[in-house]
Amino acid sequence: MASPQTGVKPTTIVDSRGTMCPGPITDLFRAYRNANIGDVIELLATDPAAKSDTEAWTKRSGNEIIAVIDEKDYIRIQIRVVKKGK
Amino acid sequence: MPTSKEGEKRNKMVIICSKGSLDMAFPPLMLATTGAAMGMEVHLYFTFWGMNIISKKTIDSLKISPVGNPGIPMPNILGMLPGMTSMLTSMMQKKMDKIKMPSIREMIKTAHDSGVKFHACSPTIEMMGLKREDLIPEVDDIIGAATYLELASEDAITLFV
Repeated sequence: MASPQTGVKPTTIVDSRGTMCPGPITDLFRAYRNANIGDVIELLATDPAAKSDTEAWTKRSGNEIIAVIDEKDYIRIQIRVVKKGK
Repeated sequence: MPTSKEGEKRNKMVIICSKGSLDMAFPPLMLATTGAAMGMEVHLYFTFWGMNIISKKTIDSLKISPVGNPGIPMPNILGMLPGMTSMLTSMMQKKMDKIKMPSIREMIKTAHDSGVKFHACSPTIEMMGLKREDLIPEVDDIIGAATYLELASEDAITLFV
């Protein structure tokens, strides 16, 4: 089971470290377009806006954040794809 | 902000891009790309100096001016000196490169690939003596004010930059 502290093994890892808004969201969206329902995308980011922007994105797109893990100088956000748009 | 139906969010955004300076080219492109990533239908309507952003001739040479820009800590009279605009532009470019900000061309490509529609304003094209082939290939069409209003009136978020 996914725990908010450790997360699960992701299907895809998207490394957006070093990019600023809207980098992480556009990188996440690119991975999402190639993903299947049930996949877990792990987004790595250093942008301080990444967490709130990913929350807004999941809310809007109908997907879910299953874990947010703080690493030393970046953040890992795991998103489960539960809905695919057009 | 009112929405059309109670509790239902707007799913469309129409942005008028009227300025052709480097600092004013980024915000609409960033919002457009993010909007498309969030599943919104996004339209960018380029008019007046905004046309510089989608013209082949000017897209790579957008500048930021110190004159009339209160955000720049430089008196206007100094900003008027020759070379100041280029100096400020290259300073800003360095700062943007440092935080790995994508270029305008890259942002346009990302936006276009995400489904953002690029519209050029027909009277501006006439006024500036431009032709379709003078515009970057990402431009979807040349439209007028009526088409813009039709797009914007369908319960869209509308912004003027």
